[in-house]
Amino acid sequence: MNAYDLAFYLLAAMALVGAAITVLSRRLVYAAFSLLLAFLGVAGLYALLAADFLAIAQVVVYVGGILVLLLFGVMLTHRIYDTTLKSVRVQPLLGGLVAAGIAILLISVAWNTPWNTTHEIAAEPTTAKIGEAFMKHYVFPFEFVSLILLVALIGAALIGRSRTPGSGNGR
Amino acid sequence: MVQLPHFLTVSALLFAAGVFAVVTRRNAVALLMGVELMLNAANLNFAAFSRFSHNSLDGQIFAMLSIVTAAAEVAVALAIVLNIYRNIETIDADQAGDLRG
Repeated sequence: MNAYDLAFYLLAAMALVGAAITVLSRRLVYAAFSLLLAFLGVAGLYALLAADFLAIAQVVVYVGGILVLLLFGVMLTHRIYDTTLKSVRVQPLLGGLVAAGIAILLISVAWNTPWNTTHEIAAEPTTAKIGEAFMKHYVFPFEFVSLILLVALIGAALIGRSRTPGSGNGR
Repeated sequence: MVQLPHFLTVSALLFAAGVFAVVTRRNAVALLMGVELMLNAANLNFAAFSRFSHNSLDGQIFAMLSIVTAAAEVAVALAIVLNIYRNIETIDADQAGDLRG
């Protein structure tokens, strides 16, 4: 087992343990913080896959943005005196069966399909190439997704603001 | 030697965890966490296929676009959740059924 494999197993364990705590913990704050572990593990796996820019984007967007938003969501949607922030769980047996079935199906497909893979490609920095691809070949999806982000954030600000009486706008 | 199926296995387990969260949780924010786990699993698959097949960057670029979409999704979803909480004082997904006919 070389260093690459060891790093893979450590990061995979980190991601999966984080995901498991997120899913199983009854306390929402614990779930949100263990989601941090899962996101960081996935970022490390991106780095192992020679996707350095993707790894940094994962840390910046998921850990720095989405996780903070989720924590705000947890904090803002409970009453102050409700300090435990518990979450009820329904149908754990049926849900576990469904999740296990999906996992078994996907894993068996992953191991039994003869993937058309290539081996031994030297890893090289991808940031410049990604930037070039976004500005040349993928310029339309790039602009389109920026537009989606702009519209979604304006919509979120509009939906999420508190409506005080007399604030106008006919709402 | 770690190969493509190893990464796909991790991704499948992450996806199953996300499905389990979405199926069993009733708190809307916890549902969102499950959705984020599933999106991460899909992005990991994109990156893995991009690495192990002909070294093209298409998978990474698709994963980038998917991350942006996930950020937009979670912002809108949390705004909706906060609005539901403001209106009916709970974010239990089963009780937010006012629009049901």
